[in-house]
Amino acid sequence: MNGDLAIDVKGMTKRFGTRTVVNGIDLQVRSGEIYGFLGPNGSGKTTFIRMLCGLLNADAGSGTCLGFDVIKESEAIKTQVGYMTQRFSFYEDLSIRENLDFVARMYGVKHRRAAVDASIEQLGLAGRERQLAGQLSGGWKQRLALAACLIHSPKLLLLDEPTAGVDPKARRDFWEQIHRLAAKGLTFLITTHYMDEAERCHRLAYLAYGNLLTHGTVAEVIDGAKLTTWAVRGTDLLNLAEKLRQCPGVHQAVAFGTSLHVSGGDATALEQAIAPFRSDYEWTLIRACLEDVFIHLMDQSKDNFAA
Amino acid sequence: MSHRFSITRFLAIITKEFIQMRRDRVTFGMMVGIPMLQLLLFGYAINSDPKDLPAAVLMNDNGPQARTLLGAIRNSSYYKFVKQLHSEDEAREVLEHGEVQFVITIPQDFSRDLLRGDKPALLVEADATDPAATSNAIGTVRTLINSALQNDLKGPLAYLAQTDVPVDLRVHALYNPEAITQYNIVPGLMGVVLTMTMVMITALAITRERERGTMENLLSMPTRPFEVLLGKIIPYMLVGYIQVVLILVAAHFLFHVPMVGNLGLLFAAAFVFIAANLAVGITFSTVSTNQLQAVQGSFFFFLPSLLLSGFMFPFRGMPQWAQNIGEVLPLTHFLRIVRGVLLKGNTFTDISLELWHISMFAIVALIIGVLRYRRTLD
Repeated sequence: MNGDLAIDVKGMTKRFGTRTVVNGIDLQVRSGEIYGFLGPNGSGKTTFIRMLCGLLNADAGSGTCLGFDVIKESEAIKTQVGYMTQRFSFYEDLSIRENLDFVARMYGVKHRRAAVDASIEQLGLAGRERQLAGQLSGGWKQRLALAACLIHSPKLLLLDEPTAGVDPKARRDFWEQIHRLAAKGLTFLITTHYMDEAERCHRLAYLAYGNLLTHGTVAEVIDGAKLTTWAVRGTDLLNLAEKLRQCPGVHQAVAFGTSLHVSGGDATALEQAIAPFRSDYEWTLIRACLEDVFIHLMDQSKDNFAA
Repeated sequence: MSHRFSITRFLAIITKEFIQMRRDRVTFGMMVGIPMLQLLLFGYAINSDPKDLPAAVLMNDNGPQARTLLGAIRNSSYYKFVKQLHSEDEAREVLEHGEVQFVITIPQDFSRDLLRGDKPALLVEADATDPAATSNAIGTVRTLINSALQNDLKGPLAYLAQTDVPVDLRVHALYNPEAITQYNIVPGLMGVVLTMTMVMITALAITRERERGTMENLLSMPTRPFEVLLGKIIPYMLVGYIQVVLILVAAHFLFHVPMVGNLGLLFAAAFVFIAANLAVGITFSTVSTNQLQAVQGSFFFFLPSLLLSGFMFPFRGMPQWAQNIGEVLPLTHFLRIVRGVLLKGNTFTDISLELWHISMFAIVALIIGVLRYRRTLD
């Protein structure tokens, strides 16, 4: 094992034809950590995860995953990793028990019956175990998928948008379970689009256009962005936002409920830009939130890479 | 206005359909390719009046008239003289192996008896497992003999030509003396049904995983390609055997098809044949992206199998190129095995060459399938 790093990779690259989908990403995830993986759609999150578990061959890169060579030993990695796909990918025409039993057999789980029973018990699906997986609602499908990923007691879980389309209560339960498992030493790499979920991660990384833009704890990411943000209250904020977006020094003006968040990378330039509007509105200097930072990063990277 | 027929909406749907059709190149290709295939096969390969059927002659007489007859057989369009035989055992053997379709036996003292007006017996033995293949050739044999001998029976021998036929023609339709079509079709159906279902069912089984997204999950588990492929083949193999049993039961009780040979041997041969078809299915599944393409791919294989194997039309009636294609297809060889075992009582040595052909096909198809089977999502 490489210290206590569950994932330690360098320069992971994947190209589809001439398009570089993952561009030389370095990533280190500690054992027992919940690591958030964020970024806009098509930023290469899923591709990166698929390379980690041997579903895609990397074009370049090296390193280890659970101590195994990430390029050469993907078969060994597979035995200790649980991968939850973005789309429900268990058998809809198999019952809950049959699905769990199948997965347990595939991984050669010892005391299979007991493991499946325990899993069903934990899921709270005792009595419904004969129901077909296809008949479950989105939230239950997600719970089943997680249970199936856990049945072989993996050391690392790769979860690709596990909570997409799941209601808030179920999401909260889900995250509580993740934290309980992480406390027992399980490592998680989770992709998500939800900011509240990002804030529940120990550390996170932000990707755009295949590049890793920033990483660290939530506080580190926010501070690292060096973004100044003002919250504005008043009437006709929509009109104000239009005007502010034209001003140099203003990177974004985003409506948050009844207020407007105006941010920029250069504090003095921003102050100059908002000066003409100071008297008509109620301005408060606030700490940028994660979403401000991400949108800021994404806009910047668009200029850098899409050009 | 929205409840009236709208040209705009109508055109929108037409446009969308065309775009979707263009995107799915494989389906479009099949829609053009399958009719072309049918056209070529039906138009050029199929001939329900087969000619050039292989025939062997057992010459027990070397007189001038016997040689005239041999010459006539050589020149006739229905028969293709392949070899001269030396014994009755040999005659039996070439018929059983299906090497020739006819054996013509010219008896001892044929020429002498003919000239004496004793009407010597001329024996024509035909492999009538497929009545369609032999009936025309048998029908023509009488005319052939008459016109051949006409030239010889001139001058002082002209009186012999006056009589109806100067020889006593005896035709033995072997293996299926009553020319019952079912005896040929029903055993053949076993091969046809297996080809159709086995190829399609495996092609679907794997593309379904890909289409439903479960393949991604399966590939993320620690599993070897052979485990997946064999694991998918074995259950369908069982289904194949259920089909074999059902057809045999129906053949026996409903169609009263004779079962001369060893059924155990047939079951063993069916194993190789089913495996070959399943392997083709796997190969198709690795090239198709959705279930529709898999079905079309199987049809693309099924059509030549049906038409060029000798099931629907006599194999020997087809031009050489079509026979060459037919020789590659497993169904062609399996048909010979089923008919051979059931109707002729073929033994393992009789069918070993056919089995070898099917095995080779199965191995090649399986190798292509395994090589093309992707262990990643690349």
